Amino acid sequence: MRRTCYAYPYLVWMAIFIVVPLFLLLFYTFTVTTHEGIRLTLEHIKRIWEPLYLMVLLRSILLALICTVVCLLIGYPVALILSGKEYSQNKVLALLFVIPMWINFLVRTYAWMSLLGRNGLIDMVMEFLHLPSVQLLYTDHAVVLGMVYNFLPFMVLPIYSVLTKMDKSIIEAAQDLGADYITVLKRIIIPLSLPGVISGITMVFMPAVTTFIISRLLGGGQYILIGNLIEQQFIVVGDWHFGSAISFVLTVIILITMGIMRKYDKEYEGGAIW
Amino acid sequence: MAEEPIIRLVNVSKNYDGTEALKDINLYIRKNEFLTLLGPSGCGKTTTLRIIAGFERPDSGAVFFEGKDITDLPPYKRKVNTVFQRYALFPHMNVAENIAFGLRIKKLDNKTIERKVAEVLELVNLKGFEKRSVESLSGGQQQRVAIARALVNEPEVLLLDEPLGALDLKLRKGMQIELKRIQKMLGITFVYVTHDQEEALTMSDTIVVMKDGTIQQIGTPEMIYNEPKNAFVADFIGESNIIPGRMLKDRLVYFAGHEFECVDSGFEHNEEVDVVIRPEDIKLVPMGEGMLQGEVESVTFKGVHYEMIVRSEGINWMIHSTLMEPVGSRIGLRILPQDIHIMKKVALK
Amino acid sequence: MVGRIGKRIYLYLILLFLYAPIVMLVVYSFNESRSMGRWNGFTLKWYAELFKDTEVLRALYNTLAIAVLSAIIATVIGTAAAIGIHEMKRVKKAIVMNLTYLPVINPDIVTGVSLMLLFVFTKPFTGMGLGFFTMLLAHITFNIPYVILSVMPKLKQLDRHIYEAALDLGATPFYALRKIIIPQIMPGIVTGLLLTFTLSIDDFVISFFTTGSGVSNIAIYVYSMARRGVNPKINALSTIMFLTVLILLLIVNKRMNKDNSRVKESLR
Repeated sequence: MRRTCYAYPYLVWMAIFIVVPLFLLLFYTFTVTTHEGIRLTLEHIKRIWEPLYLMVLLRSILLALICTVVCLLIGYPVALILSGKEYSQNKVLALLFVIPMWINFLVRTYAWMSLLGRNGLIDMVMEFLHLPSVQLLYTDHAVVLGMVYNFLPFMVLPIYSVLTKMDKSIIEAAQDLGADYITVLKRIIIPLSLPGVISGITMVFMPAVTTFIISRLLGGGQYILIGNLIEQQFIVVGDWHFGSAISFVLTVIILITMGIMRKYDKEYEGGAIW
Repeated sequence: MAEEPIIRLVNVSKNYDGTEALKDINLYIRKNEFLTLLGPSGCGKTTTLRIIAGFERPDSGAVFFEGKDITDLPPYKRKVNTVFQRYALFPHMNVAENIAFGLRIKKLDNKTIERKVAEVLELVNLKGFEKRSVESLSGGQQQRVAIARALVNEPEVLLLDEPLGALDLKLRKGMQIELKRIQKMLGITFVYVTHDQEEALTMSDTIVVMKDGTIQQIGTPEMIYNEPKNAFVADFIGESNIIPGRMLKDRLVYFAGHEFECVDSGFEHNEEVDVVIRPEDIKLVPMGEGMLQGEVESVTFKGVHYEMIVRSEGINWMIHSTLMEPVGSRIGLRILPQDIHIMKKVALK
Repeated sequence: MVGRIGKRIYLYLILLFLYAPIVMLVVYSFNESRSMGRWNGFTLKWYAELFKDTEVLRALYNTLAIAVLSAIIATVIGTAAAIGIHEMKRVKKAIVMNLTYLPVINPDIVTGVSLMLLFVFTKPFTGMGLGFFTMLLAHITFNIPYVILSVMPKLKQLDRHIYEAALDLGATPFYALRKIIIPQIMPGIVTGLLLTFTLSIDDFVISFFTTGSGVSNIAIYVYSMARRGVNPKINALSTIMFLTVLILLLIVNKRMNKDNSRVKESLR
């Protein structure tokens, strides 16, 4: 049986369009073109450590972390309620929480632009109530709001799927052994849903830290997040070496995050089966 | 009734999405007995168990525990513990932590917990397994942990939901004996759910046969086997020949074209009945002897006995015998009056 | 325990948070006034304007053409790949599957810029500048892994003996593949096709970096307009996009339900 050859076109494709580009990225990250030709350098990586860029980096991570925490706090109860007895038969309701994931990112973000903006709905409501007008658009709050709005389903879904797959008799066993609801939640449900929580955190944190659309549309023109920085370097400034270096650092951050999450996940992998 | 029963179910009914899982069940369970709820899947036996455990609330009726109404008591406040069908061990805890779960909730000190865990592990023959992860255990060992986890709380009643269903035959036989030993030793009331009639007959003090959410018969294993109350029970407990018949008068029944003497009475004249005869109760005799004559249609060797199908009077009779008659031979069949069981007609679906 | 009503209220509040902005957007796409805060009466003029805009129509054409082409090509390559990978030895399989996950895990922006680097770097050799074709190649690239991930589970469910039985009955490997395996994994293939089509329509980031001047898709068009502020024409366009996705989802969901009921029936 030599059916493995069916995979060859794919392997060639991936080599050209995934592996080679990543090497190009590395190449641009660690080289500089001078009059004498191309030489290796670390100057682009070092440049990221300049306060200006470092602040952008830290700010991106901070905003993404805030967004992740908020999503977890709002999303966990949603997943818990949806997977509970009253709603477990209600697939439509669960679907309602998934549909927003499929609406175009730009549309979702744009919707908030028009809600938050001057003469937007929120502004109008405030005016109607004779309250001082609030300018939310083009602030950090708007960016975090936009992120939470966009990524909340990514938190709910994995937790929900772990919770629904959980063997209900395990919960009953705990109750049978004398555990009340709070104890069951603390000792059984939360520990066993950790794999879902971890993939939820990963699925929210990663796009949140790399986004440049939300920060551009809701945060205004100045480049404020690492994603915007990359976009600027490639599209506006044209410094591909520096742009590649930031992308490289971003990838490393993501891989480290994933690595940590994976390792933590491993310990609970047994739980994922249930 | 000499003693107050430990558990009493009074007029308990339960519906799931419009289908009746339990119809007006009345049942009492005596202290220290081994009671088995037996029936095919969907008969309501597991629902009954879950109502006793507190996982389901009956739609109507009440559950009493030592005379107190516990219908609305949540499971974690009941003095009963359950051994679940697929064990339901906590996958993120090791053996000792699993067993200690209930004790920790009772806030016992660590020393006591350790001692009790060790004791109960010895009881289920798992000495030294404390630190093992539950997922590294075999099915039989997981089963023992599940039993230990329930027993360590010293429940008044232990509920077991098809606890041996996932084990292979040999392990199951071993565990049956062991469960019986534990029950005798600790003197705890066991309520055991199974669909395996052999298991029920081997282990129980009392068997409750259920079908379609109703109780068909309650009795000792001997009573259930020898005096099944209706054709369903007879059919479910071991194999049976069930033949339509008509009661002519007390102790005389008509079926298979002949009149037979029997030991039952109390039926109306010409009442339509089911006649149940166990395959091992039909004796093979030479042609001409016995009431019925027939021809052997098939013979299957079953190890201890032969199973033969004999055609007679338009009926296929199943006969178990240690002696074999070849296919095609013509023989006589004899049935003794005490082996003919007369039952009121029930609708068999 | 929180009461039933408490739970219900909480769920509805979150749903309100999720849907209110979208509903507002749809409602105000029919608003006479340019402002979101004021309702001046029903109109379809923004839709009319939208369809008079040749730039929008060209973007729409690009979006659909790339979605259809990339979905089909990715499905063909991906299905073949899944069949091949399924037969691989453990270590090799693990390596290839990790490579497959790479573009799924990697942030879109990194995939986007690295592909952009590739296309710009190879332009002197291929003569292919950034534009429609590079965008298509990029879409195929990020779509293939999703096809593999949809088809793979179906292959795993497949009973090996069915294939062997076909060979035993005299089928050539290729015939058995065509007549036995492909029909069995068809649900996975169709799911992959629909999924990649949707993903392609939905993509902005990778398209943004791999397209050149003058060639844009709907997402890029929305972005470039939204950057300049709120505009009722985008409301109309967003409404159309939202409804399209909704309809696609309903179709996919119906298919899945049908699959499920079929499984249930076969279990009976």
